Amino acid sequence: MSLKTEELVLNMGPQHPSTHGVLRLELLVDGEIVKNVTPHLGYLHRCFEKHTEAMQYFQVVPYTDRLDYLASMGNNFGYVLTIEKLLNLKVPERVEYIRVIVAELQRIASHLVAIGTFGIDVGAFTPFLFCFRDREIILNLLEELTGARFLYNFMAVGGLNYDLPDGWTEKVKDFAKQFRNTIKELNDLLSFNKIFIERTANVGILPADLAINYGISGPMLRASGVKYDIRKNAPYSIYDRFDFEIPVGKGLKGTVGDTWDRYFVRVLEMEQSLNIVEQAIDNIPEGDVKEAIPKKIKPPVGTVYGRVENPRGELGFFVVSDGGVNPFRVKVRPPSFCNLSVINEICKNNLVSDVVAILGSIDIVLGEVDR
Amino acid sequence: MNELLKDILINVLLAAAPLFLWILPYALLAVYLERKVSAFMQDRLGPMRVGKYGLLQTIADILKLLQKEDITADAVDKKLFNFAPVLVFIGSYAAFAAIPFSSIYIGSNIDLGIFYILAVSSLVVAGLLLGAWASNNKYSLYGGLRTAAQIVSYEIPTAIVVLSLVIVAGTLNLKEMSEAQTANIFNWYIFGGPELSLKKFILIPFLLVAAVIYFISSLAEVNRTPFDIPEAESEIIGGYHTEYSGMKFAFFFLAEYANMFAVSAVITVLFFGGYQSPFGYLGNLLNMPWLIGLEQIFWFLFKGMLFVFVQMWLRWTLPRLRVDQLMALCWRYLIPISLVNLVIIAFISLL
Repeated sequence: MSLKTEELVLNMGPQHPSTHGVLRLELLVDGEIVKNVTPHLGYLHRCFEKHTEAMQYFQVVPYTDRLDYLASMGNNFGYVLTIEKLLNLKVPERVEYIRVIVAELQRIASHLVAIGTFGIDVGAFTPFLFCFRDREIILNLLEELTGARFLYNFMAVGGLNYDLPDGWTEKVKDFAKQFRNTIKELNDLLSFNKIFIERTANVGILPADLAINYGISGPMLRASGVKYDIRKNAPYSIYDRFDFEIPVGKGLKGTVGDTWDRYFVRVLEMEQSLNIVEQAIDNIPEGDVKEAIPKKIKPPVGTVYGRVENPRGELGFFVVSDGGVNPFRVKVRPPSFCNLSVINEICKNNLVSDVVAILGSIDIVLGEVDR
Repeated sequence: MNELLKDILINVLLAAAPLFLWILPYALLAVYLERKVSAFMQDRLGPMRVGKYGLLQTIADILKLLQKEDITADAVDKKLFNFAPVLVFIGSYAAFAAIPFSSIYIGSNIDLGIFYILAVSSLVVAGLLLGAWASNNKYSLYGGLRTAAQIVSYEIPTAIVVLSLVIVAGTLNLKEMSEAQTANIFNWYIFGGPELSLKKFILIPFLLVAAVIYFISSLAEVNRTPFDIPEAESEIIGGYHTEYSGMKFAFFFLAEYANMFAVSAVITVLFFGGYQSPFGYLGNLLNMPWLIGLEQIFWFLFKGMLFVFVQMWLRWTLPRLRVDQLMALCWRYLIPISLVNLVIIAFISLL
């Protein structure tokens, strides 16, 4: 007698602890083995792109905060850079330095969340709280700067909304000093833990050619061994003045482009961001952060594409201007969305537990995927 | 006839006494301890609001669970759904009847003590599987299947290790095992047992291996990290208890903590001298024989809690294994090693 077997459809999300928000994955499973993954998006859709058409250029900035809400500064940065490019506007040195510092601090904070939640996905709870303890310091610093902990609305087209408070740079230096210790602690507790390596090495391998074909960017692309970082390859703002490395996945514990590499590239990147912060913090020139902010933004007719290296990859803004005070069209190129698109390719024929680990290593933010 | 009834009644009451005297307070204590241990490992304070240092937090939690609406979804198999937590609870709590807390108190001093504990605690798996199936939820089903596979597999190395200890001790009775390890710390089975001869010293490394294997497989049997795959919150939400809420959930929860102490108690009896003090008794020194029994209870609970603490420590340090790795660990390493270990111990004992 033979038993009838059939594949089971397992609905993972939108209310699931490890889909990192309201992502819904439709898994076709054969026992524990996943045969197919279909992501369903749109649970957090807020019509960002359509919304911008009804607002003036400067009014869009707070809305960009809500794209990748773990990296609001990076989103601000991307948007204001794009509009400045459209306006051909030169911003003061001081503004450039402060922008780079806050963007890099934000990158560290964002990677801490990525690493911590990835730890939870594979069952390690303690590293998560270690990460959040240090992220808290960054959030406090940024709160002191902007008054908000999460959605900062800090940058303005042509400048910044606030100047640095007194003693802020000292606090950043203190943080930089003690943060290297945290990275070491994290490596001891999680990165080189035998069970953690067993769980993540050789799982969900993303080869470099597949990554490029899917338009993957950010740490995920670099983990596949491609040395591509917009900060180095097409330097914007003042990134060409700093000395930092681009960490790439080397397959230390398994194959190049596996889940462990994607995790470890982020750890290494935090260190590099810290280098940039340390180089920039001592050289902030004096000046007025608001002097270049235009009274009225009315760009000439034309199109512009601006991009920045956000913690999750290449964040691009494509803006079409019809000469009015409102943008005619704003199209966002969200890194999380493009990175998520590859999930079916790398999850196939893995176990259900691996899907959770792989999704954690992709590190999506649904605010940005759905917009 | 009346005499017999009275006898039975007294024995039943005695066997149930640990449930009320120790296990229920222990569960409250252990939940509190788990939260505090995790808090200190993670640089935070843990519960601080209810009572001094949050001591009454667990009581507040239990009260909350009691008040909660008992949700039973429409599509569940109601009879099995309601019965499963009870079965799990019975399975894990019945094991305590045979555990020797002290020379003056043991719930039921049966000759097949260790065998009884192994048998009764495998009842738990039936309860978990029932609950998982009755929930009519795919995640619960996954959890149930994972639990069944895991617990059944890990019972084999456990049983083999227990068997090798039975060969060394020559008895299945837990009280006799504890009595044999009296007088000083080097009489414990982890140090080769009470017999003073060459045999003792040859046995030590193999008994150490046995103790390690027993501890690992007992972790898997009580679904603790790194083997908490059946519950795996980040993968299959809660596994078998996804659909349970209120007091039914509390039953699963309490059973898990009771199980933690049960396996710690067994490892204490098998390897670490049971209720025996490592240095001799204050009661002997002060010539107060009644004190010895109390001291023994203290030592037993102390050792048991020590292993419970180690389990918590591991839980907050290690990530979780994957299903196939868990099975590979059991079938490719633990079972062969423990089998070879059993044969060697048997040979040495024949010397």
